[in-house]
Amino acid sequence: MSSIYLDHAATTPMVEEALIAMTAQLARIGNPSSLHTHGRATRKALEDAREIIAKEVGCLPSEVIFTASGTEANNTALKGLYWKGRDNGRNVVVISAIEHHAILDPAHWLQEHEGAEVILIPVNAEGVIDLEFLTQLVATRGDEIAVISVMHANNETGVIQPIGKVVEIAGEIPVHTDAVQSFKKIPLSFADLGVYAMSLSAHKIGGPLGIGALILRRTVEIPALLHGGGQEREIRSGTLNAPSIVGFAAAAKSRYYDSAHVKALRDSFIEGIAINVPGAVINGLQSDRLPGIINVTFPGTQSDTLLLLMDGQKISCSTGSACSAGVHEASHVLLAMGRTEATAQSSLRFSFGATSTYADCDYVVSVLPDVITKGRAANFS
Amino acid sequence: MKLIAAMSGGVDSAVAAARAVEAGHEVIGVHLALSSNPQKYRSGARGCCTIEDSHDARRAADVIGIPFYIWDMAEEFHDGVVEDFLAEYAAGRTPNPCLRCNEKIKFAAVLDRARAMGFDGVVTGHYARTQISDSGKTLHRAVDHSKDQSYVLSVLTVEQIEGAIFPLGDTTKVDIRKEAEARGLAVAQKPDSHDICFVPSGDNAGWLRDRLGSEVGPIVDQDGTKIGEHKGAYTYTIGQRKGLGLTVPTADGSPRFVLKIEPVSNTVVVGAREDLAVSMMRGERPVWCGPAVTSDPHRGFVQVRAHGAALPCSYFFDGTLLIAQLDEPLLGLATGQAMVIYDGDRVVGSATICETA
Repeated sequence: MSSIYLDHAATTPMVEEALIAMTAQLARIGNPSSLHTHGRATRKALEDAREIIAKEVGCLPSEVIFTASGTEANNTALKGLYWKGRDNGRNVVVISAIEHHAILDPAHWLQEHEGAEVILIPVNAEGVIDLEFLTQLVATRGDEIAVISVMHANNETGVIQPIGKVVEIAGEIPVHTDAVQSFKKIPLSFADLGVYAMSLSAHKIGGPLGIGALILRRTVEIPALLHGGGQEREIRSGTLNAPSIVGFAAAAKSRYYDSAHVKALRDSFIEGIAINVPGAVINGLQSDRLPGIINVTFPGTQSDTLLLLMDGQKISCSTGSACSAGVHEASHVLLAMGRTEATAQSSLRFSFGATSTYADCDYVVSVLPDVITKGRAANFS
Repeated sequence: MKLIAAMSGGVDSAVAAARAVEAGHEVIGVHLALSSNPQKYRSGARGCCTIEDSHDARRAADVIGIPFYIWDMAEEFHDGVVEDFLAEYAAGRTPNPCLRCNEKIKFAAVLDRARAMGFDGVVTGHYARTQISDSGKTLHRAVDHSKDQSYVLSVLTVEQIEGAIFPLGDTTKVDIRKEAEARGLAVAQKPDSHDICFVPSGDNAGWLRDRLGSEVGPIVDQDGTKIGEHKGAYTYTIGQRKGLGLTVPTADGSPRFVLKIEPVSNTVVVGAREDLAVSMMRGERPVWCGPAVTSDPHRGFVQVRAHGAALPCSYFFDGTLLIAQLDEPLLGLATGQAMVIYDGDRVVGSATICETA
């Protein structure tokens, strides 16, 4: 049995169009900021890419700011919007309790180093943010809030968040959304959502590693994190990574991801687990979720043990949550959903992608019972 | 066999894992996270607790080409090793934490977990050997006596030895470093670890003082006459001569040595060198690494320090305690240390010294 990759939420295989476009661009010389022939050629390729991405995400080309990662886009948006708000007497940063570390950690950094007050929006047992809480918060302290950041869909559970409603409640308060997991998986339009800012990453959609984008309303000016040549609206200086940007655009344009197919695979997988592993719990089952992500709790196990055993069966999956010094931590997402520490440490994330097959699905379901039995036996805590 | 290789990030465990792979075993590397709050970088000569060490272990596993995981054993380590270390010092004894770690972590928590997951045993980079004989698998000294670690493995039961693989026992440390170099392992020249891994500063006395407090108490001679003061009894060791800070000289001007530490009265007793002499020791909680020791006295050797000499002795088990009678007296022996009995180079068993005479 060759190895099975069920970790598409971590990173995806590059689509052929992206590989071709990127390698071709790697062979071309020219700094896009240069005015000469070579520079113009690179700039042309790069601006074509910007237009393609803008079209795919429903924004203006001038609203696309290329970054080196989704993490950088998140940091630039959250810190920038906070600093901008603080200049106008707004010191509160509102984020959801289930954000990715690329939002959680900059928020905590703002709290510790910049004196921000951070407020977490709780989620319900099904992993959806508490809109009532947000409504109350905006009603009572709206004029203190600098920025609200809620992810479009959660990376661990796949649960889709009601961003439209968040924008409605926020009114004039800037809203940022981390849409790294949603882009190209479900319909996504920057303009329709009405957010101020949105983060994207290329390698989650079949593009190369090391390139992301911050989509930022063209009328919004925020302070930069990186200062230099003034590229990207002076919000993100640095020579643009043309080959990766071209690859990003090719992946964004590609129609390789078939949501219906991935969703059908996922549902058949859920059915298989229900039959083969009694007691397993699908997290966020009652919520709207991304087609590819499924998060399962296997009571009485520890996720790091399960990962080892799954790897032994040549199956690559994930816990979905962070490691601290390589030690698996209880998922803050599952804890926020009201699970116990033990439950939050006994879950696996399987994420399907465009290249996943029913054979993958069947094989994983067939080895799971033995893995779970051994995982339970090895759990002495 | 399917084996878990415990990889500290040092050269020995890296080569041990590589050798196990070469011997045809299916090996998975595991680094044990033993501190819930690890330091980022190594400082001094410690070998298992920093993030840098876990990166070194991961890199070695990648070069060898085996899967690698980090197992969080911080809680088990704290409860079984660190707490025991503190409790022993508080009771006026001198424990050896490496021994506890082998007994309770590497060949208990890790081996149990490995077995439950369908693995057959645990590979480590300890310098020791095992042999299969009529009486089963037995534990022996390493060929390189200067690096021999059979002393700290003497707490393993027959069942634990059954699941232990020591691929380095037939080689000298010098050759292991050369082999690591040849295998392209970046840890080939990484310094050995010496100090206690959970005392980051290497300052054991200071570390103990921070946790057990430092109550000033008397230093007395054997008659009970107070001749000085100490700053926390557990920071002294039996046989210690320096740093006593005594101003009253002995009648003949000969130096004084720590003879005894009495935690209840917080007293340190000092006396002459000859009063350190020990010719008999008793040990509690014995563990047999092979056939059990009986009440019939046997001839053998006893070792009382990790790299101490093997002292000729007669030994027997009285049903509760392991007793060794030395041929020649030994100077300065702390309770809490392990007494390890050898039959030639075979480890017979061990016990924790509770009484000396």
